[in-house]
Amino acid sequence: MSDKRILEVRNLKKYFPIQKGVFRRVVGHVRAVDGIDFYIKEGECVGLVGESGCGKTTAGRSLIRLLDPTEGEVLFTPHDKTVDMAALDKQGLKQMRQDMQYVFQDPFASLNPRMTVGRIVSEPMKIQEIGTHKERMLRAGELLEKVGLSASQMGRFPHEFSGGQRQRIGIARSLSLNPRFVICDEPVSALDVSVQAQVLNLLKDLQDEFDLTYLFVAHDLSVVEHISDRIMVMYLGRIVEIAGASELYETPKHPYTEALLKAIPIADPKLGRRRIALEGSVPDPANPPEGCNFNTRCAYATDRCHKEDPSLQPVKGSEERMAACHYVNELELTGFLVRE
Amino acid sequence: MATNKERLLDVQNLETQFRTEEGILRAVDRVSFHLNKGETLGIVGESGCGKSITAKSLMNLVPQPRGKIVGGKIMYYGRSEPMDIASYHHNSSEMRTIRGNEISMIFQEPMTSLNPVFTVGNQLMEAVMLHQKVGKREAKQRAIEMLAKVGISTPEKRIDRFPHEFSGGMRQRAMIAMALSCNPHLLIADEPTTALDVTVEAQILNLMLDLQDEMGMAIIMITHDLGVIAGIATRVVVMYAGWVVEMATTEDIFYSPKHPYTKALLQSIPKIGNRERLLSIPGTVPDLNNLERGWCYFAPRCPHAMDICRQKEPPLIDDNGGHAVKCWLWDKEFVGQQNDEHPAEEQAKTAEEQTH
Repeated sequence: MSDKRILEVRNLKKYFPIQKGVFRRVVGHVRAVDGIDFYIKEGECVGLVGESGCGKTTAGRSLIRLLDPTEGEVLFTPHDKTVDMAALDKQGLKQMRQDMQYVFQDPFASLNPRMTVGRIVSEPMKIQEIGTHKERMLRAGELLEKVGLSASQMGRFPHEFSGGQRQRIGIARSLSLNPRFVICDEPVSALDVSVQAQVLNLLKDLQDEFDLTYLFVAHDLSVVEHISDRIMVMYLGRIVEIAGASELYETPKHPYTEALLKAIPIADPKLGRRRIALEGSVPDPANPPEGCNFNTRCAYATDRCHKEDPSLQPVKGSEERMAACHYVNELELTGFLVRE
Repeated sequence: MATNKERLLDVQNLETQFRTEEGILRAVDRVSFHLNKGETLGIVGESGCGKSITAKSLMNLVPQPRGKIVGGKIMYYGRSEPMDIASYHHNSSEMRTIRGNEISMIFQEPMTSLNPVFTVGNQLMEAVMLHQKVGKREAKQRAIEMLAKVGISTPEKRIDRFPHEFSGGMRQRAMIAMALSCNPHLLIADEPTTALDVTVEAQILNLMLDLQDEMGMAIIMITHDLGVIAGIATRVVVMYAGWVVEMATTEDIFYSPKHPYTKALLQSIPKIGNRERLLSIPGTVPDLNNLERGWCYFAPRCPHAMDICRQKEPPLIDDNGGHAVKCWLWDKEFVGQQNDEHPAEEQAKTAEEQTH
């Protein structure tokens, strides 16, 4: 891992308009991603976790411009030159996407059922006009071998494969252009545990072999902990905490992180039957509460939290840790391992 | 918690098949287990292992017309006379009085099991009025009580809302309210929290435990998530390719698993604080279509597979303490024949050491 920042995101926002009436008048906005800042270093795997609807997928899609961000910069430095992904035109985008690729969540929906696996894997090369048909097919075969399938399966269709195998095909496709940076959007959440382990191991191996950088979006905290170097926790369109993977689990600095950790189911019957549950549910992102986003569910909320919106601030005694809480340096929160 | 050891359900050699285009699919293959009153039984397994079809068989709700219970018994002791659920027609009056009343079920995706064109209250009252023979007013009162019980605030207002106005967690709460409105003896929960976030999942599981303490029903919890099982079940059935491969108390399953599949499954979950490479199970579940009997279906993925595993189906071996395992490694006679100096346990122990 080097110190070079391959990706730097500044004040990224993605608002979806809410339209009403015959004239589709805009009556408000769903703030799916509401001003996030972070960076990813070369060779790193950064996890992005949060509950459903917190904006993690929207954030991932905005980075690669599957969605056009409303505001903000996505500074991407695959080699020497830095480019703002958010400002690129179609042609520039096509070029930059050689270095930034995406693995989708649902392996059943993300592969065209009418294309053979060979065509699916070689399609990115075709779009980028790389090599002849024969060369592309050769490379597709190599990639399939890399992800643990066999080149002889190239003529088959997606429905002939199991969920885990399809996810491997999706991974092979994302690697076909030799990208520097891959966004993995819940790549294992549709898979069974035994297959999930296979795919996680594969992603790690590929990272080592091709020196890849990952943004790993997931809702399963134990999966994220397993694969990530650093983790970002999102809540209601904002990043509420950024920390090293083990730090985050041992000493969370944001009350929301603490609550998430307490809710993790652990496969150990001795650890007690009842998990501590966070009360209530996520507020409507079209109408977030005043002050801190989390104040409606926070056990430590004070008057200040209902009035002032905390920004992401550094945690004392640590260079890279950040948390969006007024009391980040005062609260004593319990981590995962100290649970009763 | 099991307060009394009275039987509620005894499933014996249950066999449920589907006719598919390719032939016969044995989704549930000679499955046996029992359930005591007030107990929580977990059924775990990967997708396609037959856990959901087992649950549907218990309710006599096997998808028609392709599916059918072709063998075995489901003895239900919730009434004065024991009855065999498998012997009744799925649409018989007996089944209809049991379903939703004495045995009820909640499903993975609450949105698909609630009717979108009726209010939540309407659907709750329907169940109560059908089974409890009460009037509309009383049923409404009961529905409001149930909604309050499952932790929905201002139930008298929410009762007139439609399912789409509820969040995922609230819908699952409403489903639980509906399932429990007739005080069932048994609640079958088929992946009730899989579609929910961890924080909401914890809320729902706590709610189920609270309601069990209060109402005393037995629960069959079907899930692929071993973390959920560890937190809620007292006994666990592990299924693979339509078979029960292991059955034991929750402690035994987690701390001294016997079947290589159970062991592998436990090792393949990422554990927090341990970043070592995950042990994965190579290969995939066999295709159940026209699967021939007479061998162990796990053998192609099993690190300890022996010749006999490919030639003969392993028996279900019970240690008489309630820990049963379907594996040749634990068959004393077979392992004894193989090597008289190494009794079965030792052989299994060496096998276990190899895994670690």
